[in-house]
Amino acid sequence: MPAVPTSTPTPGSTPTPGPADRSRPAVSVENVYKVFGRRPVKAVQRLTEGASRDDVKNLGTAAVIDASFEVAQGEIFVVMGLSGSGKSTLIRMLNGLWKPTAGHVRIGDDDLSTVDAKRLRALRRTRVSMVFQHFALLPHRTVLDNAAYPLEIQGMPREQRIAKATEALEMVGLGGWADSLPSQLSGGMRQRVGLARALAADTDVLLMDEAFSALDPLIRREMQEQLLELQRTLHKTIIFITHDLNEAMHLGDRIAVMRDGRIVQIGTSEEILSEPANDYVAQFVADVDRTRVLTAQSVMVPPADGTTYSATSDDSQYVEQDTPLAELFAPAAESAAPLEVHDDAGDLVGVIPRDALLEAMVPGTEPETTTEAPGSDARGAMGAPPTDEPALPGPATTKGATA
Amino acid sequence: MITATATTAGQSVLAAADDTGTFVPRLPFGDWVESAVDWVTTTFDAVFDVVKAILEGAFDGLEWALQTPPFIVVALVLALLAALAAGWKLGVGSLVGFAVIAGMDQWDNAMASLTLVIIASAIALLIAIPVGIWTARNDHASRLVRPVLDFMQTMPAFVYLLPAVVIFLTGAVPGIVATVIFALAPGVRFTELGIRQVDAEIVEAGHAFGSTRGRILRQIQLPLAMPTIMAGVNQVIMLSLSMVVIAGMVGAPGLGQPVVESLSRIDVALGFEGGFSVVILAIFLDRVTSALAKRSPVAKALATASA
Repeated sequence: MPAVPTSTPTPGSTPTPGPADRSRPAVSVENVYKVFGRRPVKAVQRLTEGASRDDVKNLGTAAVIDASFEVAQGEIFVVMGLSGSGKSTLIRMLNGLWKPTAGHVRIGDDDLSTVDAKRLRALRRTRVSMVFQHFALLPHRTVLDNAAYPLEIQGMPREQRIAKATEALEMVGLGGWADSLPSQLSGGMRQRVGLARALAADTDVLLMDEAFSALDPLIRREMQEQLLELQRTLHKTIIFITHDLNEAMHLGDRIAVMRDGRIVQIGTSEEILSEPANDYVAQFVADVDRTRVLTAQSVMVPPADGTTYSATSDDSQYVEQDTPLAELFAPAAESAAPLEVHDDAGDLVGVIPRDALLEAMVPGTEPETTTEAPGSDARGAMGAPPTDEPALPGPATTKGATA
Repeated sequence: MITATATTAGQSVLAAADDTGTFVPRLPFGDWVESAVDWVTTTFDAVFDVVKAILEGAFDGLEWALQTPPFIVVALVLALLAALAAGWKLGVGSLVGFAVIAGMDQWDNAMASLTLVIIASAIALLIAIPVGIWTARNDHASRLVRPVLDFMQTMPAFVYLLPAVVIFLTGAVPGIVATVIFALAPGVRFTELGIRQVDAEIVEAGHAFGSTRGRILRQIQLPLAMPTIMAGVNQVIMLSLSMVVIAGMVGAPGLGQPVVESLSRIDVALGFEGGFSVVILAIFLDRVTSALAKRSPVAKALATASA
């Protein structure tokens, strides 16, 4: 059986144990297995020897098989998969609600598989908070008291926690609802309370388990925008679980696609769209609106003769490299010449002939990808983590290999 | 075939006094239980004396408090409680009901029965709720306790009276003890059910924010299970009341006395006066306790939603 294909090798997959390392990932998951059932350890042993999920059925249910990834500080990392793919089990191992059968989960310096119950509670109070699919609010407490719940657990005096919870409620736009009961709110508002509760806890890691899945599409979109908006100022490390690919692509700096307990691909949304690791992922992404995910950068080709223009050069049609394809059609239609693609500095980094643009619209074909201009930002426009992870290979690097 | 065998065996058992050639030997089950009860009685004699003294004291004290003041005072206090719990209509209704009881000359018996119900229910709940919590949190405990509860619930209620009488002789105490055993089961079951039914995600949320198990129990599981637990409390009280009449057979004071007495004299008038008083008392207790269930914070919060 071939190794699990990942278009991007997990960044820094050899954990760097140096103390006080600023680039240390906020969350790291290393060869984690979770098997429910009668003989989990035996099942893991068989799985490591190459057995499939079905092979070990009589030993137990393998919910998560050999998951490894690292999440950088300030990154939104989305785990996407259908129900039964193990994503909910995976997220529950990140705060110790489930214990991995094998492997290591690290939050900062703490290995969750070795900490004792007391330390685990302390970690949950101060490092990791969680937003739940069905909100999980206490129905008999007011919105304010719900938001203040983690602070109450932390042992914060009442006045202080009320102030902080009020602040969190205002952040999510529920300032006027403090004294209501959750049952008096709509679904979207209830989940805002759930979000405010997690924000009030003031942890650097935020786990979101299908947080918006129970909401109707319009509200869901609104919540996504709000989350991105908040993230711009808060820079939390967010691990977001969803079964909705559009949501994953909209929110995720990087996305891990799970199937049958295994992570089949990790990459930015552009990578997953343009280079699906296997047929499963390809099928999955077939319905995605490619024009909103792919950007100029991912479809451009090197300029014909190495001429470098300057952005100041008057007239002609040029676009930024992170412009979504959806916005390229109009300018492309207007001029017969290939569109110029400029980077942030205004330098020409590539051009987009019309045929390249059309080709990119067809799922399954490799868009003629770029070799990125040396030194330019290699990352996809969906934005890789804003922080300073050193060895993160950007999409263009891997894509370049196929060109 | 099987029926035939069973019948044969049954007949053989009936005739088993000196006939030994049967399919199933005569099981001396009754003898075993009797020796067990005898052994328990003699071994824990001192303990039972203490238990008896305590229960007798509690019963006498509460009965005194309910019977000594004039009828109208106690009736008004109880009606006021009903009004506070469930509104003025129940208050007025209770007062009318109490007047009917007094008019049938059963007021003292009713107060004795109420005393017995209150004490027996309180003890039953003191045992049942912790056991219910334990079984809700521990699957092994649940499997262990369930058959015991089945036994307690299906065993004919009269049968409990026998060991109770052997151990505590006659009077209120064997009545209370038998009532406690009889009424215990729904208290345990409802508590376990209530806690197990609490939304798993909310309990997870408690864990996820670093709460301890004890705190999750107090702040999440018990409040959310409270409507179900209160339904169990209601059941415990109702079962206690039904046992009170049976306890009259061993001389427990209360409404059981006129009922048992009427049975031995075929006194229809007395029987129905006692019986109807039980009905009034039952309605009063049921309405008050179910109103209390609706007043739990969670029930109120959910009611707000639908309002």
